[in-house]
Amino acid sequence: MANDTNATAGVYKETLIAGLWRENPVFRLLLGMCPTLAVTAAVKPALTMGLSVIFVLFCSNIVVCLMRRLLKPHLRILMFTLTIATFVTIADLFLKAFAPVMSETLGPYVPLIIVNCIIICRAEACASKNGLAVSIIDALGMGVGFTLVLCVLAGVRELMSAGTIFEIPVFSLARTGGWFVPWAAMSMPVGAFITLGLMLGLVNVVSKKTA
Amino acid sequence: MDRLSILLMGFISIVLINNLVFTKFLGICPYLGVSGRIDMAFGMGMAVTFVVTLSGTLTWLIDHLLLMGTPLEVTRYVCFILVIAGAVQLVEMYVRKFFPSLYESFGIFLPLITTNCAILGLCLFINLWGIDNLLEAVVLSFGAGVGFTMAICIMAGIRENLNMADVPESLKGAPITLITAGLLTLAFMGFAGMVK
Repeated sequence: MANDTNATAGVYKETLIAGLWRENPVFRLLLGMCPTLAVTAAVKPALTMGLSVIFVLFCSNIVVCLMRRLLKPHLRILMFTLTIATFVTIADLFLKAFAPVMSETLGPYVPLIIVNCIIICRAEACASKNGLAVSIIDALGMGVGFTLVLCVLAGVRELMSAGTIFEIPVFSLARTGGWFVPWAAMSMPVGAFITLGLMLGLVNVVSKKTA
Repeated sequence: MDRLSILLMGFISIVLINNLVFTKFLGICPYLGVSGRIDMAFGMGMAVTFVVTLSGTLTWLIDHLLLMGTPLEVTRYVCFILVIAGAVQLVEMYVRKFFPSLYESFGIFLPLITTNCAILGLCLFINLWGIDNLLEAVVLSFGAGVGFTMAICIMAGIRENLNMADVPESLKGAPITLITAGLLTLAFMGFAGMVK
C-alpha cells in the first residue's frame, strides 16, 4: 500500500516536471505560439496572459476529465472548444471588470485563448485519458511552464526595448544621461520572432549538453 | 466610386500592411507547421481562405442580427467558435471527397484549422474595428485569407531553399524558421504607412 502511494506520488511529480521542462509547451511542443509572440512586449501583459491561461487550462481540464466517458469521438473537439470558450468568456469578463487597462492592452488576445493549442492539446492528450488528479497536476505544470516562458521572453524584450523589467528601470537610459539606447525593434514583431528563435536554439544547445 | 476605393484600400491594407501573420501574430501554428512544401502551403492557404471568408461573413451577420445590444452578447465567443468549427467540418468533408491525396498529406492540420487563430482573430478584429457594413466585412475576411496564403507560400518557398543551406546544428528546424519569419516581418514593415 505504501509502495502504491509512492508510485502515484512519483507519477504526479513526473507530470508536473514534464510541463515545466521536458515537454514544455512552448520550447518542446511549439504550441501556443500566437500569444507567446503577441503579448510578450512587456512582462506585465505576459504575466496576465499566463495567469489567464492557467485558469482556463485548470478549469477546462477538470471539466473535460469529468465528462470524458460521455464524449463521442467525432464530436470531442467541438465539445473541448465549447468548454474552453465558456471559461475564456469568464476570464475575459473578469479582466474587463477588474483590470480594464490590462484588458485593453491585451485586446483580442484574451478571447484568442480559445484557440490556444496548448489547452486543446492537453484536453485531448491528457484530460480525456487520465484521472482527475493527474489532469489537475498536468494543467498546473503546463500552465506554469507556459507562463514562465512568456515571462522570460517578455523580460528579455522589455529590457532590450525600454531598459526596464516589470516597469522598474534597470538600465540608465541615454535620454536621461545613461548609456543604454533603447532598441525599438525589440518591441515590434521582428524582435518577438528573432528572440524566440534564438531562445529555442539555446534550449536545443542546453538540452543536448544535459542529455 | 468612393465606396469602391474604401473597399480596395481595406483589401490592400489587410493583405500587405496589417497582414495577420506578420503584424498580429495570428495563424503562426500552421505558418510554422505546414510551410515545409510549397504545394501543401498553397492548399492550406486556400482552405483557410475559404473558411475565413465564410466564417467572417457569418459571424458578422450573427453578431449584428442576433447578438448586438442584447444580453446574449456574452455568448459571442461561443457562437463564433461554433460557426468556425462548422465551416471547417464542411471543408474537411469536401477535401476528403474530392482531393483524397491532399487530405492524407494534411493529416491533423486540417481539423486544426478550427484552432487557427487567424480565423477567430479576424472575426474578433472585425467586431473590434466596428465594421458596420456587410460588404466591407466580406472583403476584409477574403483579404485576410489572401494575406495568409501569401505569407505561408513565401515562407514555404524560403524553407525549400533553406533545406540546402548550412544551418548551425542547434538552430535547425523551428529556431531558424522563426528567425526567417522575423526577417520577413522586417521586410513587410516597409509597407507600413502606405494606406492611411
